[in-house]
Amino acid sequence: MSSVSPSHPPAPPRISAVPSPEGRFGQFGGSYVPETLVTALTQLSDTYQRIQRDDSFWGHLADLQRHYVGRPTPLYHAGRLTDHARALSRSQDRGANIWLKREDLAHTGAHKINNTLGQGLLTVRMGKKRIIAETGAGQHGVASATAAAHLGLACDVYMGAEDVRRQRLNVIRMKILGANVIEVDSGSRTLKDATNEAMREWMGSVEHTHYIIGSVVGPHPFPMIVRDFQSVIGQETKAQCLRTFQRLPDAVVACVGGGSNAAGMFYPFVDEHRVKLIGVEAGGHSSQPGQHAASLTLGSPGILHGSLSYVLQDQFGQTAPVHSCSAGLDYPGVGPEHAYWHQTGRVAYTAVTDKEALDAFTLLARAEGIIPALESAHAVAHALDAAAQMPRDAHLVICLSGRGDKDVDEAARLLAQREQPTR
Amino acid sequence: MTLPAAGPTLRPVNRIEEIFAGLRRENRRAIMPFACGGFPAPGSLAALLPALERAGASIVEIGFPFSDPIADGPVIAAAMHEALQKGATPGSVLEEIAAVRARVSLGLVAMVSVSIVWRMGGPQGFVAKAADAGFDGFIFPDVTFEESTELRRAAAARGCTASLLVAPTTAPKRAQEIAQACTGFVYLLARTGITGERQDAPEIGRMVANLRQATDLPIACGFGIASADHVRAVVRHADAAIVGSALVRRMADAANSGRDAVAEAESFTRDLARGLEDPAAVASAPQQHPQQQQQ
Repeated sequence: MSSVSPSHPPAPPRISAVPSPEGRFGQFGGSYVPETLVTALTQLSDTYQRIQRDDSFWGHLADLQRHYVGRPTPLYHAGRLTDHARALSRSQDRGANIWLKREDLAHTGAHKINNTLGQGLLTVRMGKKRIIAETGAGQHGVASATAAAHLGLACDVYMGAEDVRRQRLNVIRMKILGANVIEVDSGSRTLKDATNEAMREWMGSVEHTHYIIGSVVGPHPFPMIVRDFQSVIGQETKAQCLRTFQRLPDAVVACVGGGSNAAGMFYPFVDEHRVKLIGVEAGGHSSQPGQHAASLTLGSPGILHGSLSYVLQDQFGQTAPVHSCSAGLDYPGVGPEHAYWHQTGRVAYTAVTDKEALDAFTLLARAEGIIPALESAHAVAHALDAAAQMPRDAHLVICLSGRGDKDVDEAARLLAQREQPTR
Repeated sequence: MTLPAAGPTLRPVNRIEEIFAGLRRENRRAIMPFACGGFPAPGSLAALLPALERAGASIVEIGFPFSDPIADGPVIAAAMHEALQKGATPGSVLEEIAAVRARVSLGLVAMVSVSIVWRMGGPQGFVAKAADAGFDGFIFPDVTFEESTELRRAAAARGCTASLLVAPTTAPKRAQEIAQACTGFVYLLARTGITGERQDAPEIGRMVANLRQATDLPIACGFGIASADHVRAVVRHADAAIVGSALVRRMADAANSGRDAVAEAESFTRDLARGLEDPAAVASAPQQHPQQQQQ
């Protein structure tokens, strides 16, 4: 007995039509957490669902974005960087126009504030009085501390001891803003361990505390909520491109650690199939295990921090050591929606090394007078090569996710190391 | 409920179900120590499990060392990191269990992160490996009820139990649904937060009563139980007391000061087991006969 099959298969769903109600992006995502957290995650999902049609919530957020964050951030034509790409191309008709989406000009110096203000307002809606956050580069920690100060919430930030050392300036900023910075000494003493610690803490405090995850990672509904709050980046970029050069860009490039700036930049473009999307991961020293943090480029599917995605793990599911010169990319996993975009081929992912990122860091500073975050410098490094191969009338947008003030100590140390002849 | 007639539907009796049925016949309660595989050193389970059995344990939970154990507190997380650093792997824990299985009649429950399960063959593949090694049941501490279907099915297919967690934050109705999906026993978290020792005894009477309305399965209660008094308070309501961090910390202290960690574990467990002796503990025991749960 065979059942009658429909004559036309249903049209494939749009790539933006995720996650499913269970939090699945294709096979990726989901919610792998102790039962203790389920009630809090359900409450968060319900609250988020409820505010979807609540004009007062979105109106309040839009007002903050405009008058407090300084949005829309500019879309800047990087003329001298474009010249550099054209020189690299060694061709009369190659070398696309390079544009910078200036998230570095957002209040606190990075895109992270887009998410923390959104989730901060959600915290208030849930009637909770305290937030906790994990941070790697310290940008999410600073953005969380800022949102907490603005909204009158208590704030504890978990940060790996290694990152406290690398990002001293941001530690000071968090403290000035009234946040409590908790140094995490376990494991690799970086972002993954700070995330473990924040999740542990949350299990004991869920009734009055909201955990503001800083990237598009973690259990459902976090990857979706963070993506949505960051999507203002891509929405503004789209409108600015149409206004400035009357069409969508040919390519958009963003760096990917957990992947929040990239998700926010890419999401409004994923159904625009003519726009090429490129995510740039941290290639570290090399592609050897432990020497990089390129989960999509060099990892495979596994479960970490509450969701199924691409991760760097050994054969037994133990998280592998990772390395990147940039604390914000130094993470062994990536958001599940990126895994989905990777698997479907919608976004191309690649990696650049510490050295290439550091070169781009210096180049952007000298060519444009803009010191980028080391994270964003990864996107700049790849974008230069990509632009050099594109036609001269093409347009490429880089998501310049943050400014590099926080990185000047670390960059100076790395540049000095480079000048030392190796023994 | 009657037992199914002999025939193709009859499954082999599970050791954990058998242990709890025996305890109920005698109106007794159980102590369930937690041991971290590979701690204090790879190979420790060979001596540790027989020692825990001598001390009065009925069932032992074996934690698979994991690099990022978000559900565990600092003591167990540190033990897991140490075990991994000394070369333990989930694979070596399975080997240790296979080697010691025949020498103990304890029920053995694997407490394992879904991250490990996913990498080691997925639900079917991992459960098969663990069942072959001699495990009788599973606890997946970072799997929600909603994500647990395939894991529960895989465990049932190999005649193993799968115990889901109920937390103090779990709404009563959801707690009942979770309890009805469990096999072997229900794992009740005595407190919110992570594992670790506490000063005060947990208050679980209301939570246990809620679960008893939904299931006849034994209820094992853990998180923060650190003394015979805590055990006594817990088994007044629950069928078993799970002791983790307090035991692991004593083993760590012993190992660090050059004493025998296994002997320490044995004497502490014997101490805890005194909490089972209080006659008051049997006062609120369910009076009905033990029933086979067929799920």
